[in-house]
Amino acid sequence: MEIRIKEPFTKDKIKGLKAGDSVLLTGTIYTARDAAHKRITEMLERGENLPFALEDSAIYYVGPTPAKEGMPIGSAGPTTSYRMDAYAPALLDLGQTVMIGKGQRNEDVKAAVLKNGAVYLAAIGGAAALMAKSIKSSEVIAFDDLGAEAVRKLYVEDFPVTVILDAHGGDLYKQGRENYLKSINK
Amino acid sequence: MREIDVKIIEKKIAELCIEANHFLGNDVKSCIKRMASEEDWPVATDVLRSIEENINIAEEGVFPLCQDTGMACVFLEIGQDVHLTGGLLEDAVNEGVRKGYTEGYLRKSIVEDPLRRINTGDNTPAYIHTEIVGGDKIKITVAPKGFGSENMSRIKMLPPSAGEKGVKDFVVETVESAGANPCPPIVVGVGIGGTFDKAALMAKKALLVPADNVNEDPYYAQMEEELLDRINQLGIGPQGFGGRTTALAVNVIAAPTHIAGLPVAVNINCHVSRHKEAVI
Repeated sequence: MEIRIKEPFTKDKIKGLKAGDSVLLTGTIYTARDAAHKRITEMLERGENLPFALEDSAIYYVGPTPAKEGMPIGSAGPTTSYRMDAYAPALLDLGQTVMIGKGQRNEDVKAAVLKNGAVYLAAIGGAAALMAKSIKSSEVIAFDDLGAEAVRKLYVEDFPVTVILDAHGGDLYKQGRENYLKSINK
Repeated sequence: MREIDVKIIEKKIAELCIEANHFLGNDVKSCIKRMASEEDWPVATDVLRSIEENINIAEEGVFPLCQDTGMACVFLEIGQDVHLTGGLLEDAVNEGVRKGYTEGYLRKSIVEDPLRRINTGDNTPAYIHTEIVGGDKIKITVAPKGFGSENMSRIKMLPPSAGEKGVKDFVVETVESAGANPCPPIVVGVGIGGTFDKAALMAKKALLVPADNVNEDPYYAQMEEELLDRINQLGIGPQGFGGRTTALAVNVIAAPTHIAGLPVAVNINCHVSRHKEAVI
């Protein structure tokens, strides 16, 4: 069963999500990966305004391929999230509610998810052509000089993701493996 | 002596960059199909279905298989009876990569310095490995390498006493600690022996061997089978969501080494394990 969630991505809307749930997101999400996270963090340190409001925001860790003519975007699958671990807790503390990427997070991120009632979702790594189909528009809104790493404002419809870390301490990477191993060792 | 204009190499490399990023090889496709038929964990089956759907969309030629269109790893086996004309080989390879990545709308993922990190804007320079072989032909292999999986690769200089068990445990531990990060199901390239650097090169070359290949040395064929079996008992599963299919294939390349050493390198590739070849 898939759960449909529409923007704004408020804490109230995501609090019912559980690790392992399949979710279809519709609304505005922002892209940022390594270099953009570094710059956003530096802007925060200098007290500058960010390219987008963090409150109830969803950030997708992705560096898409260039869009071909007539297409909103190129291929756009998730990049590995742990590289954003150093930056993510501060952004969650400032109101970001949704992180989208793939792969394990560290204890600091897990604690920040719990503390803030946020959620960490995974898109299918390496299924970038498939993910692109749910992205309806894309616009670079900051750090154009970073190329693929620029911050983009995306509008997505029924963007398919899976809940990895929920607001209640659930962790699909841990539970999924444990449950599978239990099933074969019965 | 056969003369080959480097412009021909440049053109072929540009084509291979685009082809490799849109058309997954039959070797990997057949592994995915076989593993999907053996997978019985529902979440894992769903993920494998999405991966197969992604392959079909990419084959339409509009969207590359993965947004990480990789560092362009170019392997050249140059026959010693070939005389290259028309410019420098290295320049021709980089020009081919530049054209392929620009004209093919592929992502430019290379920074010119590892610490100062300014994007070169055209995905050059390529990683180039040349080898002189017999004959008067050139074999070109283009293997775009994504770094989600590259980052999970490891090398270790084991003592010879660690033996076969030490090597196998290191491979399995490397895959287990990588978990969901390298986009499982993965392809595992293992290099055993040689020197520190040669072991790493062999591990990368093992990713160029067709994923469904069976090692011609029965000893290593058995090791590959055992490693694949152990990895697929870890329970990590496709995307780390749980399941059997953690790896699609394990390929091993071994080489003579020193009496004091047992180097082992593990190069991990995701399920988008790309390599396209051409012979000129």
